[in-house]
Amino acid sequence: MVEEETVRPESKQEQASYTRRRFLTTTAGTGAAVFLAACGGSSSSSSSKSSSASSAGGGKVTLNNLFQQQAGYSASDLAGMTAAFEAANPNIKVNNTLVAYEALHDKIVAAAPAGTYDVVLGDVIWPAEFGSKGIVTDITSKVNTLPTSQIFPGALVMANYHNKYYGMPWILDTKYLYANGSMLKKAGVSPADLKTWPGVVTALKKIKAKGIVKYPWLGSWSQAEAVVCDYAQLLGAFGGKFLDANGKPTFQTGGGLKALEFMRMLITEGLADPASTSSLEADVLKAFAQGRIAMNLNWTFQLAASLDPKQSQVSKDDVMILHTPAGSPGGPAPGCNGGQPVMITTGSKHPNEAWQYIKFITSQSVQNKYVADSLPIWSASYTDPAVIKKAGSQLVSVAKTQLPNMILRPQVTNYNAASQALQVQIQDALLGKKSPQDALNSAASSFSSGAPPA
Amino acid sequence: MTDTAASLPRASGTSWRARTREGRFALALLAPSIIVVFGIVVYPILKTLYTSLYAVDTPFPGHFPWVGLDNYKFAISHGEFWSAVSRTAYFTFVSTGFELVLGMGIALLLNAPLRGRWLFRTIVVLPWALPTIVNGAMWRYFFNAQYGVVNAALTQLGITSSYHAFLSSPFAALNIVIMADVWKNTSLVAFFLLAGLTTIPADLYEAARVDGYGRWGAFVHITLPLLRPVIVVVLVLRTIEAFKVFDIIYVMTGGGPANGTQSIAFYTYQRAFSDEFFGYGSALAYLIVIFILALAVIYIRLLRSDTYGMA
Repeated sequence: MVEEETVRPESKQEQASYTRRRFLTTTAGTGAAVFLAACGGSSSSSSSKSSSASSAGGGKVTLNNLFQQQAGYSASDLAGMTAAFEAANPNIKVNNTLVAYEALHDKIVAAAPAGTYDVVLGDVIWPAEFGSKGIVTDITSKVNTLPTSQIFPGALVMANYHNKYYGMPWILDTKYLYANGSMLKKAGVSPADLKTWPGVVTALKKIKAKGIVKYPWLGSWSQAEAVVCDYAQLLGAFGGKFLDANGKPTFQTGGGLKALEFMRMLITEGLADPASTSSLEADVLKAFAQGRIAMNLNWTFQLAASLDPKQSQVSKDDVMILHTPAGSPGGPAPGCNGGQPVMITTGSKHPNEAWQYIKFITSQSVQNKYVADSLPIWSASYTDPAVIKKAGSQLVSVAKTQLPNMILRPQVTNYNAASQALQVQIQDALLGKKSPQDALNSAASSFSSGAPPA
Repeated sequence: MTDTAASLPRASGTSWRARTREGRFALALLAPSIIVVFGIVVYPILKTLYTSLYAVDTPFPGHFPWVGLDNYKFAISHGEFWSAVSRTAYFTFVSTGFELVLGMGIALLLNAPLRGRWLFRTIVVLPWALPTIVNGAMWRYFFNAQYGVVNAALTQLGITSSYHAFLSSPFAALNIVIMADVWKNTSLVAFFLLAGLTTIPADLYEAARVDGYGRWGAFVHITLPLLRPVIVVVLVLRTIEAFKVFDIIYVMTGGGPANGTQSIAFYTYQRAFSDEFFGYGSALAYLIVIFILALAVIYIRLLRSDTYGMA
């Protein structure tokens, strides 16, 4: 061995250089292959698209989807639906990622160029933005193959922008009035007194005066979309509108102004907890479930949680879900449309399989199975005895009247920027830093002139 | 000699060829890292600069209107931007100041000859080891106005009669976020200072005692001057980190109430990703870099003058 090494240094060097040359050749070859693969990204995606059409008879397709872990269907509901879908479609595997609602929009936007997700959970306020920017696909032709006349009209609008469907309605939700029956009884308030907002104020004053709780109301008025939802519901009740016929802001007058003055009054009168300006829906739910407040507005998910003895200290019999109040007797009483459609991204390599999945989870039979946290989009479900039994007659009866009567937040392409401006101004008014009129005037001017150069 | 002289050119020729081959080989080995560094550092920096000069309002590539420096002009003429800068400056200086003072105290304690010192050192490092997201969620829970631990403790101890909405006041919320940041990062500062303290010879303290200095005198005349380089390094690191604060605000307050805790990094994120003003967001990112560079230059000058002073 030693002799060989000392006698044949050159050949060893040759061997080494050969090895290096081979390494370089291999590296260059691998680099070229990676480069070609990267350059072929678009063609491979199109070939995947075409292959997806034939995947039913061939290889397994994986769908990567993005959902939320908050209001609406729970994580276990989604897992149950997905397992049933995979069992019925053995060629399709589904990976669902769940994030908080607050992270959902930004994750969809950030992942759009890479085409990370096939199906994403949207929100009623996003079809204008996502549709106009090409983040999600126009699936009007697919949606129209379904019996849309059997879907609640309030549900259909959640995915519609300029007469095109950018998603399929899935979570149908609105904010209801929740009340603690025991506290109402102690204060001598009847549920019938809560049909109007002035009636609610009278009831809150009685509860406070009797010392039942210090702050009988808690709003989800944190600097987030939640505060706009509550504001929208009150704006509708007081007969206001977000935009006029020309798309110009009009919420700074009439019902819009009354709504913010009403919210501010609840704080100044000591009826609403000052913690409202730092609370989200989940905080409000916990406060209600701990018996710390008498009333609040919240989505459907509060009912199931409040009725669950593991999560709630309030007796089942004292949990009341009521129609959202009107501004005045006989006036409008719309709930905020909190619908969330499921959408197919433009970057999806498997749009056909994505639609199969969407069609499955939004079908009447599947939605009828999971009614505890979210009610179906199908009108016929509300007369189905099995649904009424599972969801509870209290929820179904109030949903039947409130779901056909909902108010939309403004459908504008720059909704997020406009909403953020509104959130800050509403908070300024609630904290007493500005008058409601000044705050709404500022928000209205931000709607049209708050954008950077374009 | 002749043999040696004759063999020299051949040897140097061989060495030149070998060096060239080795140079190529080294380049080949370095190529992947050069490509990666260019891909994840240089390219994004240049691309961000390029994007900041256009009105980009979608995440997809495409043709966008050229706006030149208008995004920068819009930022510096906008009150929201300067409010976010001033809040960030307040956050940076207050949090860094507290971290330095508390960190110094902890470092002095950890440097003292205590029994079980390793245990104290382990405990002190725990807050720093906690992910910022967890830290933010924990403090948000502590200060919750309905079910927070702080409110429960204060009322049960009879300090307050009812629960307080700490996070509902913009200024109070900003200070609570600072507190959460100080709680987490003080241990890092303490460990930097502790490392500096261990390099100070004990003889100096002995000599000071002989000269009649008390503990305070020894701290002022020996510890502080010898720790100055470490203090400056810590200040540079923490100031730059604090100026970029984002995650703890995202978790604890979401920038609210009424934008009271919106830092410049959070404002940039919102404008870029939530509002999809990518051109404007890129301009804001460059403005942040300018602010941080200015701070870094000031500190580096301090560090240099300090180094020369020491020399």
